[in-house]
Amino acid sequence: MGLDVTWAVKWLTLSAQAMAEHRVELIELDRAIGDSDHGENMDRGFQAVLDKLAESPPETPGAALKLTAMALMSKVGGAAGPLYGTAFLRAATTLGDAAYVDAPVLAAALAAARDGIVARGKAEAGDKTMVDAWTPAAEAAAAAAADGDTLAVLIAAAEAAEAGAVATDPLVARKGRASYLGERSAGHRDPGAASSALILRAAAGAAA
Amino acid sequence: MKKLINDPRAVVDESVEGFGLAHADLVTVNADPKYVTRKDAPVAGKVGLVSGGGSGHEPLHAGFVGRGMLDAAVPGAVFTSPTPDQIIPATLAVNSGAGVVHIVKNYTGDVLNFETAAEMAQAEGVEVRTVLVNDDVAVEDSLYTAGRRGVGGTVLVEKIAGAAAERGDDLDAVAAIGDRVNQNVRTMGVALSACTVPHAGSPSFDLADNEIEIGIGIHGEPGRHKIAMENADGITNRLLEPILSDLGMAMGEKVLLFVNGMGGTPLSELYIVYRRAAQILAERGIAVERSLVGNYITSLEMQGCSVSVLRLDDEMTALWDAPVHTPALRWGV
Repeated sequence: MGLDVTWAVKWLTLSAQAMAEHRVELIELDRAIGDSDHGENMDRGFQAVLDKLAESPPETPGAALKLTAMALMSKVGGAAGPLYGTAFLRAATTLGDAAYVDAPVLAAALAAARDGIVARGKAEAGDKTMVDAWTPAAEAAAAAAADGDTLAVLIAAAEAAEAGAVATDPLVARKGRASYLGERSAGHRDPGAASSALILRAAAGAAA
Repeated sequence: MKKLINDPRAVVDESVEGFGLAHADLVTVNADPKYVTRKDAPVAGKVGLVSGGGSGHEPLHAGFVGRGMLDAAVPGAVFTSPTPDQIIPATLAVNSGAGVVHIVKNYTGDVLNFETAAEMAQAEGVEVRTVLVNDDVAVEDSLYTAGRRGVGGTVLVEKIAGAAAERGDDLDAVAAIGDRVNQNVRTMGVALSACTVPHAGSPSFDLADNEIEIGIGIHGEPGRHKIAMENADGITNRLLEPILSDLGMAMGEKVLLFVNGMGGTPLSELYIVYRRAAQILAERGIAVERSLVGNYITSLEMQGCSVSVLRLDDEMTALWDAPVHTPALRWGV
């Protein structure tokens, strides 16, 4: 057994709820070091994901993530659209058409998502981007996968992502729009890392 | 926040709809996905020019769609790049078989979305070249940033590359002249006040009454540093100095001088800035051959301006002078 399509749909539904609830907070984080659009774009993107899920209900977790990738790519815009689109697409490819996802595959999918973000955005850990949430999340997921429990993998990933997002506070941005601020970007949380932590928390919440 | 809008979420849709109605003689608006093409697109045998970016910079880009400039413009949400599902059909719509040049401002979102769209359009059999505009000298340390931003120089790239495409240059030649303009133009901006993005509801950064932001981009993002308010000549000195040293301008060279309003500054003040910038160039023995003053690449209602200097050669000057007929720029016709 493992996680099925019901989990995937619940994950995306909880993600959409989280984006709506934290819309203003993400706008405020982005206002500090960017251009105030992140919360609005993520809310719009995940509402589009919900519409797509209702329109053509997926049959596998992989199909749900692929549909999410397409919806985010076409509705979010900015840098977040292609980055999250690529992340969900790479994760979907890792899951394939399997009906169930076990812990090792789940960890592999999170690693593939992280690699996709790195490849698309050309950022590395420490640049003050969403990579700073995804890298510790992927590493924690891989470590937790050893004992075989999907919930443990997702909780480890969510907690590591949250800690990673908090750890972006003192960093000086080297990629994305915040990089133009130089030293002035320090002291503010990266909005992409913050939204990544919300999405991974939703993944754990859906499995609980 | 007081704005002439109906619903923050409908701002771009309603604005583009109005733009299409106002300029129905020049452009065609495709509502879903959203893009604007020149009325007679695709023009047989001509290289297509497509640009796009976040809304809120009007007249950029849709205002420059028409004869002698862009074939299509793709507007994103306010200050947010458009998505590949808009850029791809716009690219296909203006391809006459001669290929398409994408003019992209160096912002991460614009680059990622245009890159994805170019790959997809090429898979559909359209040859695409990309001209990346990165003229902003405010970003000093490009090793540790996403590189310099594309700002005011974009207008000059679109005009000159547009004229090259209109006279029949092939795909590589149009891209090459776009690159050449980009390599020879530098820009620096200043904000006297922030702007308010409609869906955010509060100003995009905080400035005290006696403060200004030097080195801003065009998305209401803060600049390189805040300084105390100065007079127009003092501010203009600060904008010109890094441009001229970065360009390495020498006596006897010819330039185009472009003073651009960010949306909330009256033309009278832009001319005061132009006056000082022209004085500085004259003092250094640099000849201002062509000029442009006005609101061409804006940040909603932000107060402030940017100054761009383009080092001209005879071909660029001729292409600048070539006829253009768009909603926001028109001469020679």
